[in-house]
Amino acid sequence: MADNTFKISIVTPERILYEGEATMVEFNTVEGQIGVLPMHIPLTTVIAPGICTITEGETQKKAAVHAGLAEILPDKVTLLAEIAEWPDEIDLERARSAEDRARERLANKGDDVDVLRAEIALKKALVRQDILA
Amino acid sequence: MASMRDIKRRKQSVSSTQQITKAMKLVSTVKLQKARTKAEQTSPYFEAMYSTICSMLAKAGTVDNKYLKDNGSEKKAVIVISSNRGLAGGYNSNIAKQITGSDLKKEDVKLYVIGHKAGDSLARKGYEVAKDYSPVMEAPTYADAISICNDVLEAYAAGEVGEIYLVYTHFKNTVSQVPKMMKLLPAEISEEDVQAASNSNVLMNFEPNEEEALELIIPKYVTSLVFGALTEAVASENGARMQAMDSATNNAEDIISDLSLKYNRARQGSITQELTEIIAGAEALT
Repeated sequence: MADNTFKISIVTPERILYEGEATMVEFNTVEGQIGVLPMHIPLTTVIAPGICTITEGETQKKAAVHAGLAEILPDKVTLLAEIAEWPDEIDLERARSAEDRARERLANKGDDVDVLRAEIALKKALVRQDILA
Repeated sequence: MASMRDIKRRKQSVSSTQQITKAMKLVSTVKLQKARTKAEQTSPYFEAMYSTICSMLAKAGTVDNKYLKDNGSEKKAVIVISSNRGLAGGYNSNIAKQITGSDLKKEDVKLYVIGHKAGDSLARKGYEVAKDYSPVMEAPTYADAISICNDVLEAYAAGEVGEIYLVYTHFKNTVSQVPKMMKLLPAEISEEDVQAASNSNVLMNFEPNEEEALELIIPKYVTSLVFGALTEAVASENGARMQAMDSATNNAEDIISDLSLKYNRARQGSITQELTEIIAGAEALT
């Protein structure tokens, strides 16, 4: 293994989405966006909905990752994602209608509306559309 | 001795039952294979989750977290995973026995039921059922596990329940499934694993800090456990049914061969009798 790459794996409960080498990986955490290069300090952090970009030399791969946690070690990054998907698995129509529904729920806030949940749904829908744009 | 017609009728009924059990066995074999691959796919996620939790606890030491200490409530939430369909041998009753045979007091238990069978039999025995998620069992997804855990964790956070248990059938292999009861919260993680994690001289950092991270991660940990249990239970159910149907088919085989013997004997008997009558009649004429 060359010194300028590290192992990256994206694991979801249903499958292993990706396993391979990378020179850089970027994703969203609850504290903000981070980019990880090889020999990063050990860090465990919580993932926020966003696009995860895996750079391996010249090629770039993108995946939508919603919720989960990331464990970063100097030579290895593990994303434990509750939901993660490749762009070609995303249904744009569904994401759009989910966005509309979430916006609607947020617009007429009643007592029975779970604001937090609606916001998360909205974020997920936006990430899904983003990655396809 | 039963008449030839009776024996024949019984033999036919047994053999049609055998056809059904045989078909059921084939169906559950196929389902088992699918469920098993699914259960195997969830294990990397769970293992990674477990090791993360261990290293967090090793680092965090005795963090004051609501998920790690007793909240004083006597009530105990029990998530019971059984199946919606019977004919799986002792599968469902073994699950129910895990609870009736445990040292939990009946009055203290609140059941979160997944799967009618064990749920109904426990409800009949007088256990309180807080919620029923039986339809989930048809095809458990991670989203289902999330919604179940949300309900249970809400009750825990509100102080309605003080402990959370999970009862399911662990899938050891195709022929062996073990009913299991395990404590989810307050989180119990074996000392050895924590020790091992703290010995690996990686100094882990957390973002946000340990307490907040634990707060976010423990629900995910519980959810991953429940999801793992759900997928394993599906595999176990089909394994148990496959075995039950296999032995039912074999039993039917035995009964059929027994009945065939009886039938042939009765047939031979009636032929002999007829012959004797004819001969006796002929003799009387001469």
